[in-house]
Amino acid sequence: MTTAPPRARPLSPHLQVWRFHVTMVGSILHRASGAGLYVGALILAGWALSLASGPEAYATYMAILGSIPGKLVLFLLTLGLFYHLAKGIQHLIWDTGRGFSLPSANAGSIACIVVAIVASVAVWFYAAITGAY
Amino acid sequence: MESYRTPLARARGLGAAGHGAGHWITERISSVALVPLSLWGVYAVLKLAGLDYVGAAAWIAHPLNAVLMALLAIVSFQHMHAGMRVIVEDYFHGGQRAVILLGNLFVCVLMGALAVFSILKVALGGA
Repeated sequence: MTTAPPRARPLSPHLQVWRFHVTMVGSILHRASGAGLYVGALILAGWALSLASGPEAYATYMAILGSIPGKLVLFLLTLGLFYHLAKGIQHLIWDTGRGFSLPSANAGSIACIVVAIVASVAVWFYAAITGAY
Repeated sequence: MESYRTPLARARGLGAAGHGAGHWITERISSVALVPLSLWGVYAVLKLAGLDYVGAAAWIAHPLNAVLMALLAIVSFQHMHAGMRVIVEDYFHGGQRAVILLGNLFVCVLMGALAVFSILKVALGGA
């Protein structure tokens, strides 16, 4: 790496040269959901830590997760998890060199968003009817 | 392209810097592992949401649950470290990048270790 480039070079990502397309949205959502799940994993680690800290700490932690803001965060994490999971599978398929034609890349990108919404609503509906909610 | 590589280089499967493809492959392996692990994680959260402290401690003490939860934590923290590293390398440069990358590593190792130790403590504590 040179210390003084002659002028500032365009760096990834530079959004201003692209028109809107669904695979772009899919890619941005994949990165955003990944960053969100980073926080989700910290929440999971906090859960394990509270469980190991005894009944009072656990009750406090679960009360925070069970509050309205807590549930909102958990719902967004559910969305992020299913989206990142679906998009991750699409990426693994892309890694084999398949699915790069525009119709299948576009359809796959839309499918990931649909899967995330449907799976999240299904999980929370299941949680509601079984009383876990 | 392959013809430019020695048989040893091909067998190692690494990039020009000696580790580039290693990162790429590790990220894919953790992705594949996280497909079943994260789905199990959703099931685990649904299960745990309906349990109190005693129930949750007893549930995590089951060997299968303890091991899967520990593996979910280990693979997740490894995977998210790699993912966040890519994000940081895209948006930050110079000294700032080094500090954030170090922070990312320390946070992931610390929180991953805390999660695994906590799971083992409860599982082995005979709750």
